[in-house]
Amino acid sequence: MPQTLAINTLTFRGPWVLLRGLPDRVRGIDQAVSTESISANEQADRQRAAWMAAAQAGDQRAYSRLLSDSVALIRAVARRQGVPVDTVDDVVQETLLTIHRVRHTFDPSRSYDAWLSAIASRRAIDALRSGGRRDRREVHDDFAFESHPDRDDASKHTERDQDAQRLRDAIKTLPPGQREAVEQLGLKERSLAEAAERTGRNTGALKVNLHRALKTLRDRLHGEP
Amino acid sequence: MSDVSRHDALIDALGAELTPVRRLLPPWVRTVGWLAVVAIVAAMMLSHYGAETMLRRWHAAPDLGVAALGAVLTAITASLAAFALAVPGRSSKWVWLPVPSALLWIGASGMGCLRAHIPGMHVLDMHGANDCLIFIISLSVPLSGLLIWLLRRACPLRPVLTAVVVGLASASASACLLEIIHNVDAAASDLLMHALAVAIVIGVNALMGGRLLSRA
Repeated sequence: MPQTLAINTLTFRGPWVLLRGLPDRVRGIDQAVSTESISANEQADRQRAAWMAAAQAGDQRAYSRLLSDSVALIRAVARRQGVPVDTVDDVVQETLLTIHRVRHTFDPSRSYDAWLSAIASRRAIDALRSGGRRDRREVHDDFAFESHPDRDDASKHTERDQDAQRLRDAIKTLPPGQREAVEQLGLKERSLAEAAERTGRNTGALKVNLHRALKTLRDRLHGEP
Repeated sequence: MSDVSRHDALIDALGAELTPVRRLLPPWVRTVGWLAVVAIVAAMMLSHYGAETMLRRWHAAPDLGVAALGAVLTAITASLAAFALAVPGRSSKWVWLPVPSALLWIGASGMGCLRAHIPGMHVLDMHGANDCLIFIISLSVPLSGLLIWLLRRACPLRPVLTAVVVGLASASASACLLEIIHNVDAAASDLLMHALAVAIVIGVNALMGGRLLSRA
């Protein structure tokens, strides 16, 4: 497969030295396929190889740029391997850690992208395997999940508390007559006669006040003016 | 934390603890290093036992010499393949490199059983064949161990495949060393023992070596 050979050779850092040894036929095909996109990729690959060479010598800036640049490549490899979208970023993290651990194995005279792709696809396969293991061991019963809601849901409890607090705050802002009606009839659940006796108002006034208070509260709590 | 800032945080952390590293030597240099250890053992054995028996055997039955050559080539190519496979980004086709020489080694050893026996040289009995088995296995253990230790400094992304090649390299190297003291004619039992020893070494490597290498 001379075409593949030519493309692979192009991704190396010093392709012309290597190409000198190849037969003319292969070199002809190589020239034919050296389109702009290949040379752009090759350029980028060479740049990354140079950054990694600098990083091996301890250059932190080159290293940060290289790793930032690598994230998109790792993502592409992971997606190509069929890693689910929600796991792709875990593969990125694992691959970055592996790159750091084995950065001494990179040979700057060779392709950085090939080196990175090999590591990323290995980590992608690891992720797929551990995902498969998890799916086999953990059972998810959709029906049970939907039909048996948690009775002591902590968030629900908090929500109820918050609602009650909001209602209390709203009641405090009511005019005194309305507030009195709500407290006596609504909160303390007294009868109209009892409430009338305690407040000294007639039952008609209490009813009107309660009606007005409920309307005000309803408007306020539902965000209407 | 979003995924992008999670990556940025990790990149910053890794950058902060970046230290200069000593680059891994090319696979062929590392191969020469391992083979040098085998050569030193061979030199020590030759100086102790001498080369006459070995040469007389090869002279009487050239196919044994061809088998020994196959074993030597297998040790060289398999160790080179192992060192290449342990570097990320190298082609997995390296695994085929030792196959032709391994076929030569196995084929020539098998042919040895078909021809007439060397006059004056006894055929191995089961007891002697057992010694061959023990020799190959006990020598393969340190040779495999050394190879795995060297490979762990690299990053074998295909640990089991690499370990199989490690097994082949150390078993063939042990068979080469056995050749020096092997003053018996080839026989089916002998060949069977060699094959068994090589299979055991490769199998154990695939089981143990794969695990040791995958932690690297």
